Amino acid sequence: MASPEALLICEHCDTVYRRRALVRGDVARCACCDAELERHHALSVNAMLALILTAFIVFVQANMWPIVTLGLNGQHSSTTLWGMIVAMWREQAGVVSVLVAATLFFFPLMKMSLLGWLLWFARAGRRAPGFRQLMVTLHYLGPWTMSEVFVLGALVAIVKAHTYFDVTPDPGIYAYAALTLLITIFAGVDLRQLWDETPEPLA
Amino acid sequence: MSALPRAAELGLIACKVCGLVCRNVRDDERLDGDDRADAMACPRCGATLHRRKPNSYVRTWALLIAAFIMYIPANVLPIMRTASLNDVDDNTIISGVVELWRAGSPNLAVIVFSASIVVPVLKFLALGTLLLSSQRGSEWARLQRAKLYRLVELIGYWSMLDVFVVALLTALVRFSVLSRVEPLPGVIFFGLTVVLTMLASMSFDPRLIWDGKDSDD
Repeated sequence: MASPEALLICEHCDTVYRRRALVRGDVARCACCDAELERHHALSVNAMLALILTAFIVFVQANMWPIVTLGLNGQHSSTTLWGMIVAMWREQAGVVSVLVAATLFFFPLMKMSLLGWLLWFARAGRRAPGFRQLMVTLHYLGPWTMSEVFVLGALVAIVKAHTYFDVTPDPGIYAYAALTLLITIFAGVDLRQLWDETPEPLA
Repeated sequence: MSALPRAAELGLIACKVCGLVCRNVRDDERLDGDDRADAMACPRCGATLHRRKPNSYVRTWALLIAAFIMYIPANVLPIMRTASLNDVDDNTIISGVVELWRAGSPNLAVIVFSASIVVPVLKFLALGTLLLSSQRGSEWARLQRAKLYRLVELIGYWSMLDVFVVALLTALVRFSVLSRVEPLPGVIFFGLTVVLTMLASMSFDPRLIWDGKDSDD
């Protein structure tokens, strides 16, 4: 049998393929179910690390700065992401508060920190301490980060509030918009490449 | 699809976590006890290897039904209360969409309608169809069903939109007696619906679409 790295199995229909070298812009698709098998890694480890660091800075800003300010008869009211989490907790919607905190704060933060850590070592072609466990954690974190959904939600909330209040967007919303852009760039990255790119340490 | 080799026929398993191609030793009689348990873990990432997601049908059905039960109060109960000096207004998901259409922006109303109504209903229908047809080993429209599953996975989490809208408005609109927004129980049920449908679509194994009958293990 060929070495396991030379083979590829479609996750959606279990068809087995021999791996082919891809060039820029290539996407390998399953001939049976048309699912994406693999795509060319356009971003180097350095480029990914740069993106993660940028995303981290933007994420900190998005969480520190207020998102929007409402005005009514001279009174003003603004909130940050944590303001939302606290408000939902106080209003007896603890489940929602936890959901918001997890999908918009803790999971994205974990994802970025883990990636930053793994990529920092991958630059030198090494596996970071805890590589195996962290890669598994990253896999399970996958679909549970929802910052991009929140941006759309904020837009809807602004339009809804606009009917009754004076709405002033604050820097936080721009930081979130930038974060969404970065997430979109990163969406096409298959993190599994890190398994192949860093050699197994000799036991 | 007999022309293309399938992993199960070749005695191979793809690791669900890291994607490594491994040999399936579940049925290998030369191994026993600890040796077999070791061989069932991916040598690269340590995740347990399964030919198919374990109990995929049962888990997906259970989560889907639970999500549907939650979806009823999510729609019937109001999700948000808008209180001002002289009136109190409770909004359900659908009345929120209608209000947005009338007062704000029809474009956004369409987006909210899609995220809060179309996507959850589509998920129930799509996953239900996938489950029923795969359990019967149907060969009907396999490629389309495979694509339908990927669509459900892709759009699933956008349903959280309305939950975030309520959370943001609650935090923002707090002008003591003049104007306040409070979350109501509907939004909790809706949040749970979204999480449960996401778990349901994750526990469905799309490879079952391509298997014949009796392949759930």
